[in-house]
Amino acid sequence: MSFPVIKKATYILVNTPDMIIHNGTTQTLEKETNPDSEYLKEIVKHLRSFEDVVGYAPNQTYIGGMTPEELSEIKRPWNASKVENAKRFAEFGEIMPQDEFYGLIKVSDVFDLVLLEKDFTEVVRGKFTSHPVLNIKVDALKAGEELSVIESFVKSGAEGLFMDGKLVGCIKKAHEFDKNLTSHIMLENLSVKASGVLALMHLVKNSGINVNEVEYLIECSEEAVGDMNQRGGGNIAKACGEIAGIKGATGTDMRGFCAGPSHALVTASALVKSGIYKNVIVFAGGATAKLGMNGKDHIKKGLPILEDCLGGFAVLISENDGVSPVMRTDVVGRHTIGHGAAPQAVIEALVSEPLARVGMKITDVDKYAPEMQTPDITEPAGAGDVPTQNYKMIGALAVKSGQLDRKELPNFVTAHGYPGYAPTQGHIPSGVPIIGHGINHIMSGKLNNFMIIGKGSLFLGRMTNLFDGVSILIEKNSGVIEEPSGISKEEIKNMIAEEMKNFADSMLK
Amino acid sequence: MSLLEGKKVIAIGDRDGIPGPAIEACAKSAGAEVVFASTECFV
Amino acid sequence: MDLEIQQRVIDLTSKFGAENMIVMLGGAEAEASGLSAETVCAGDPTFAGPLAGIALGLGVYHVVESEVKNEFDPAVYDEQCGMMEMVLDIDSIIGEVKTVRDEYSKYNK
Repeated sequence: MSFPVIKKATYILVNTPDMIIHNGTTQTLEKETNPDSEYLKEIVKHLRSFEDVVGYAPNQTYIGGMTPEELSEIKRPWNASKVENAKRFAEFGEIMPQDEFYGLIKVSDVFDLVLLEKDFTEVVRGKFTSHPVLNIKVDALKAGEELSVIESFVKSGAEGLFMDGKLVGCIKKAHEFDKNLTSHIMLENLSVKASGVLALMHLVKNSGINVNEVEYLIECSEEAVGDMNQRGGGNIAKACGEIAGIKGATGTDMRGFCAGPSHALVTASALVKSGIYKNVIVFAGGATAKLGMNGKDHIKKGLPILEDCLGGFAVLISENDGVSPVMRTDVVGRHTIGHGAAPQAVIEALVSEPLARVGMKITDVDKYAPEMQTPDITEPAGAGDVPTQNYKMIGALAVKSGQLDRKELPNFVTAHGYPGYAPTQGHIPSGVPIIGHGINHIMSGKLNNFMIIGKGSLFLGRMTNLFDGVSILIEKNSGVIEEPSGISKEEIKNMIAEEMKNFADSMLK
Repeated sequence: MSLLEGKKVIAIGDRDGIPGPAIEACAKSAGAEVVFASTECFV
Repeated sequence: MDLEIQQRVIDLTSKFGAENMIVMLGGAEAEASGLSAETVCAGDPTFAGPLAGIALGLGVYHVVESEVKNEFDPAVYDEQCGMMEMVLDIDSIIGEVKTVRDEYSKYNK
């Protein structure tokens, strides 16, 4: 049977400095529990400029402006230096500024919940005109509102949208009483929608695919879309597809905390391999809640707020074309209910067991892609270097299973993993950031394969103490597209005729 | 004298270190009673 | 430390008595482990949670410390934690947690 292939990946970041302050939960919780805190006063002085965000090496790596190998060459901490000639548009996508994002939120709103001030709208309209994918959305921005109208909605509970501290728009609640349609929830959902749309639109353009040939969309963020009677009804996938103009598709939302994207990739591969669909896109936008999540620690250590971007990605899975890297659907790891929480059991389930099933060793995988958070962000917050920690765990298991010498462990870590370069946006750093570079490196012969590992902290939802994870191997295409195996009726008839003739001959003897 | 035997243990695990259920298993094996086990996730 | 967990520590300590409690940590990093240890002995150093300013003085250990490790069934410890001994900075973690315990724990130290 033929493996499905992974054809293209796009990645976007949206720099949202004001949304950190008004929508990041670390900040909103502080406002509620300690409104006069020093932290809230200090935070505005620690926001990076858009230029600095674009020039930040991990961000450039995320959008394909540099390779992970080039990132490794730069001295840490990366926030101490700027990338020369960094551009907001790069091979895999872009880094978008906040004003354009508010415009995109407006364009993504189909219930007249979003109001933007009229002068601000015209500024954004001008920027849309020269945007490579949003130039078709110039009219969809519609006309803006008087600031006084916006101010009065904010007074009665709408969420404000701010630029450099100035009110420029708002998002209204969608229902007077429904607790699941509050202005806060509408803002979170419209933000994941808009950032998901941006990733989708870049993917359709970059992949060169005929947009009408995309049949299915799987959205894998961590937001819930619904009302009070169906809190997580979902299918923001289709809502995003509508704005992105993907008319031939329907979709669904797949949830698994941070392991969502990996579950979605395995499922998309199954849909294509089985022949149900020819082209499936897996995608997700970003979480406003996680903006500035570790801000207190960053400021305490004299750093800027490094969690100042929403993340997004989109990946195209298609029928085998003989060229693109294949999804090895026979090398899929899953952490089962019975596996238990021990780190060793988790890594066995996700790494060594699926590899062993096809006779591969842990050392046969060129690069592992577990969670790829930027260590600049996590180390000052006391969470260490997460990708490196994961490579150590994988290497430690290889040592324990006799596949690697203990003294080779440090080399294993650098040889089989990339430094982290994704924002701490939950599902966003979970394995998928490697795909764009991984595809390029496999096509150029630099890599033979890489493994995506998604891990989910299900216990955060208080429904289970279980952990979760799935993994899949992606490999160079052998170039041979297998014909469907099987035997034809004609061949069977011939075989029967031959045997009957042989039988008849033997009777005559 | 045993430190853990007969004691009430609160296990605070780390998803990227030793998770709660793993600590619980160890504590139980030493004769302690685990009254609460949880796992924190910092990323 | 998560605010909910801090509240549980308070509630369970008042239910069972501080001298009967031991907190066991599984932190991946020395600094974070030290902060967790300090929270359950001396009070939440970030003053963010219910344990702000409350020094319970509980005995606190990280699972990799020999004082507790020596009491575990070795097969259970190996299965649950063995691999992580190659991954975690054991010495730093032990150093950090022991320092906090020696200074702030009143019970089971």
